[in-house]
Amino acid sequence: MPDKPKVAFYWCASCGGCEEAVVDLAEDILKVVEAVDIVLWPVAMDFKKSDIEARPDKSIAASFINGAVRTSEQEEWARLLRRKSQVVVSFGACANSGGIPALANQFHKEDILKFVYEDCPGVDNKAKTRPQTECKDEGRTLSLPELRETVRSLDQVIEVDYYLPGCPPTPKVIMAAVQALLSGKLPPRGTVLSPDIALCEECKRKDSKPADLSLAEFKRPHQVLIDPEKCLLAQGLVCMGPATRSGCEALCPAGNMPCTGCFGPTSRVKDQGAKFVSSVFSNIAPKEEKEIDAVLDGIPDPIGSFYRYGLSKCLLRRKLN
Amino acid sequence: MTEKFEPKIVAFFCNWCTYTAADLAGVSRLKYAPNVRVIRVMCSGRVDPQFVLEAFARGADGVLLGGCHPGDCHYAEGNYKTLRRMRMLERMLRGMGIHDGRFRLEWISGAEGDKVRTVVNDMTEKVRALGPLDLPGKFKEWDKEMEELETQVNSGPAKGEAVHAR
Amino acid sequence: MSDNKQKKDALPRVGFYVCHCGTNIAGTIDVAEVQKYVSGLPGVAVSRDYKYMCSDPGQELIARDIKEHKLERLVVAACSPNLHEETFRKAAAKGGLNPFYFQMVNIREHASWVHTDKKAATEKAKDLARAAVARVQHHRSLDKKRVPVDPNVLVVGGGIAGIHAALTLANAGKKVTLVEREATIGGHMALFDKTFPTLDCAACILTPKMSAVKSHPNITLWTYSEVEKVEGYVGNYKVTVKRKPRFVKEDLCVGCMECIDACVFKEAKFRDKFNQGLGKRKPVYIDFPQATPKVVLVDPETCIQLKTGKCKKSCAAACDRNAFDFDQKEELKELQVGAIVLATGFKTYDAGRDPNYGYGRYPGVFTALEIERLVNASGPTSGEVVLRDGRRPKAVGIIHCVGSRDEKSNKWCSRVCCMYSLKLAHLIKEHSGAEVYNFYIDMRAPGKAYEEFYDKLLGEGVHFIRGRVSEVSDWAMTPDEEGKLVLRVEDTLAGFVRRVPVDMVVLSTGLEPQTDAQEVRRRFNIGCGTEGFFQERHPKLAPVNTFTDGIYIAGACQAPRDIPDTVAQAGAAAAEALSLIDAGFVELEPNTSHVLEEECCGCKSCVPLCPYSAITFDETKKKAVINEVLCKGCGVCAAACPSGSIVQNLFDDEEIFSEIKGVLSK
Repeated sequence: MPDKPKVAFYWCASCGGCEEAVVDLAEDILKVVEAVDIVLWPVAMDFKKSDIEARPDKSIAASFINGAVRTSEQEEWARLLRRKSQVVVSFGACANSGGIPALANQFHKEDILKFVYEDCPGVDNKAKTRPQTECKDEGRTLSLPELRETVRSLDQVIEVDYYLPGCPPTPKVIMAAVQALLSGKLPPRGTVLSPDIALCEECKRKDSKPADLSLAEFKRPHQVLIDPEKCLLAQGLVCMGPATRSGCEALCPAGNMPCTGCFGPTSRVKDQGAKFVSSVFSNIAPKEEKEIDAVLDGIPDPIGSFYRYGLSKCLLRRKLN
Repeated sequence: MTEKFEPKIVAFFCNWCTYTAADLAGVSRLKYAPNVRVIRVMCSGRVDPQFVLEAFARGADGVLLGGCHPGDCHYAEGNYKTLRRMRMLERMLRGMGIHDGRFRLEWISGAEGDKVRTVVNDMTEKVRALGPLDLPGKFKEWDKEMEELETQVNSGPAKGEAVHAR
Repeated sequence: MSDNKQKKDALPRVGFYVCHCGTNIAGTIDVAEVQKYVSGLPGVAVSRDYKYMCSDPGQELIARDIKEHKLERLVVAACSPNLHEETFRKAAAKGGLNPFYFQMVNIREHASWVHTDKKAATEKAKDLARAAVARVQHHRSLDKKRVPVDPNVLVVGGGIAGIHAALTLANAGKKVTLVEREATIGGHMALFDKTFPTLDCAACILTPKMSAVKSHPNITLWTYSEVEKVEGYVGNYKVTVKRKPRFVKEDLCVGCMECIDACVFKEAKFRDKFNQGLGKRKPVYIDFPQATPKVVLVDPETCIQLKTGKCKKSCAAACDRNAFDFDQKEELKELQVGAIVLATGFKTYDAGRDPNYGYGRYPGVFTALEIERLVNASGPTSGEVVLRDGRRPKAVGIIHCVGSRDEKSNKWCSRVCCMYSLKLAHLIKEHSGAEVYNFYIDMRAPGKAYEEFYDKLLGEGVHFIRGRVSEVSDWAMTPDEEGKLVLRVEDTLAGFVRRVPVDMVVLSTGLEPQTDAQEVRRRFNIGCGTEGFFQERHPKLAPVNTFTDGIYIAGACQAPRDIPDTVAQAGAAAAEALSLIDAGFVELEPNTSHVLEEECCGCKSCVPLCPYSAITFDETKKKAVINEVLCKGCGVCAAACPSGSIVQNLFDDEEIFSEIKGVLSK
């Protein structure tokens, strides 16, 4: 009886949604569980780091690592799993491009810690105590991981073989990837496992998008009664769809909310936020600077809007000193 | 003896106006700072914000974008698209800590050779005062925090594999 | 080292040449250092420096090296590409290399001529050369498309501009179709009595040209017709023209006008548009006796036969040519042409928009065009300058700049109004002996003999008051003003406000774009300026071309213009069209953009961006498509495609990214 391929799941700076996405496979998860031997899954199973360290290098067929890399512990795990695995799959938007945690790259670590441990209303910390990486207590040494200055995507730390996009990746996308891995019919290394075409292709509102869009203002979702049939961009909402990879069946637009870009850009784009800016702002109406600025004021947080999931992969990577 | 900091400025000039103006400056033998490297495009509207970010990421201390005056674009309205995109890009650059003045959008017509001179000289001095941006150097510096663990955990075979993917 | 060699083998073989340009470059830049530096770069198989690359031996050197060293790419560091890019592309082609495998580096206009620091200039040259070598390795083989040009021409608009353009083209041997919306050609000029500054009789200079058009073997004249649809592109336009029914067969009618006399309406009672509403006509009519073609037409709105079917049709009975055909239908005709000249003219400002001048309210207020008809010997009053009730005016006030130089209506100066106001002042005085007052802001007399004409008027006793008339009213403040129209104006030279009582007020209305200018320009796919006049390609260098190749503009449709300039411009447009046609074909630069069909998601972000309408949306495939013949290669769409699915030849992302990396990374 040949050994079932070994598979590992790990979570770095993560919300747990990617774990839930795996569970969301519902009945399909049984097929997966039958076909593979899960050797690591912190959310569900009790394997320890020493178990993984004990394994021979490259003995794990595939590791699915989600979450951004922000601490030394996450770096350590990422590197460990890289050594022990044949294939590493970057799982979800956080691992792929930093995700929501990467929005912290707009701030300095010191500013974050100061806010959290001192300035935040409701914090009572007169001694200004901060977490330490090491603490001695009654002769024992306790340690905490070091918080890094920069939030990174997984491939900014280790070599990644495949990317599963999404926040989280949908069950459909996950199943397709798992099946590809199990069958051995894999695309070239480095491929993002989702169609390399933007979201409008799948979106049911596509036909209602006019071919002569000229936006006079932008609205935020809470400011407007969103028409469930019409193209969201045409309604003045910032919908990242045209700059975002498809594969999710446009679930957010189907749920009457604009796409926020979690599947990342197509392979032909280096910086998703910059490309979206290039596209959408070409199609605004005004020609005078003041009027243009008035339209741009309708998007109060451009970095948060256009790099919601991808700030680690922005060409600038993080805010400068 | 510290060498004077020489800023590296990447410029995108549209063929019909700004590039022609730079040619005119040359023909007129006007003199200006040697810090600019011009990349020729047919229209300022070809300049993707990705190009501006890539220039900074590759080591530019400043990026200059030159196009035709609004209303005069050789291709009718390409420069309006440039203006709209770049005003948003400016906001984003500011948010990411890149000071005003490092990225500059100028309208220079084909007859304004002297404006090329004054803009290049002015921008060179302003960027010199802001100091080097040196993003490639900064990327290396930021990644130093991973060095210790890198050697520790990756001291297995084929060290060449564990290269930063970028 | 071994890595470098491996890299070198995998990369296309680049030939690099740095030019001394005598001492123009070599005097500032150490060309030997540049040559040596580049020879060590990945992919460079040959690196040379030479005194004059653009010379014959220089070009031959390239051709030889391509063959001997099996070069696959070419980089020349010399002067500006705007000077010699073509030269070196041809040199590459001579050597058997696709001309677009070439990249030029500007180290003269952009370096040696503008920097004094030799070391810095040399470093700059090295950076730029390195970038070009990296870029050229991404170039792809491209071809210039050749598109044949149909030698026939369409001229739209039969005013003096269209007439002159059509005659010029026809005399050059081209087959021209002249399409005019009204029933006759002649345009606005046919309305005038005399023209400034010579006081030539307008009809005398216009009618010979109109007959020449009618009789020219190369001109097909379609009046009472409009262009419905335009398809195609430069050299290959397919135009659909709608010919409206006259209810008279054009080839049978000889213009004897017996039918008009015989019409059941004994008296003319319908508004005569040609006479600006000052005269009346019958349902069957001809605009004026010299109308070309000399064919009557029937107005379906007022003809009893056409409205009810129950008329004795005495008109048809009177016609011994049997030309009447009350069943005539509108016809759609198709034309294939290579070039189109638009000469659709202007309309005058609607004087009713300035209520303070009282047009429409006071019968004594007239527009300039109405006066043109009054002073015309073949007009509704046979040249008598009279008010609408037949009285002769003793005093006439002419108000300049109505609907011009006005923030509330049109900001521009209409260029001809000062001159025609002077002309009308002269003619009114001549015909009626009335006192004439001209109220002006500035006297604009820029043309040949124009200032002299103004001088002449100054000596004829016409009163000139410099001030903008604020209102015209019939409210009398003194007995003198009873029964008069009073103009209130600040006489700025005298320094006080005046009330000038007159019997007749003439509003010198400005020139505007035609009412349907926007519709028309979209039909022809050209642009309009912010004022609504057709947009020229360049105000100085290309005033008769548009941004759409093959479509030219002439006359007042482009901007307010007098007759001499209109005729000159019409000749220019004809020359441009001839230049296109006689070349026989059009060669298109290959730096066009194309959509990666499989990758396009159909988001339509690109479609509205193209000023040449080269991007359309294919409703069946649900993808964007770029017509490479219409594409001018600006690259705006390539930058704007949010999924990176549009590629611009010669300026694609890979090429530019490699250039950016090249200039910065040592």
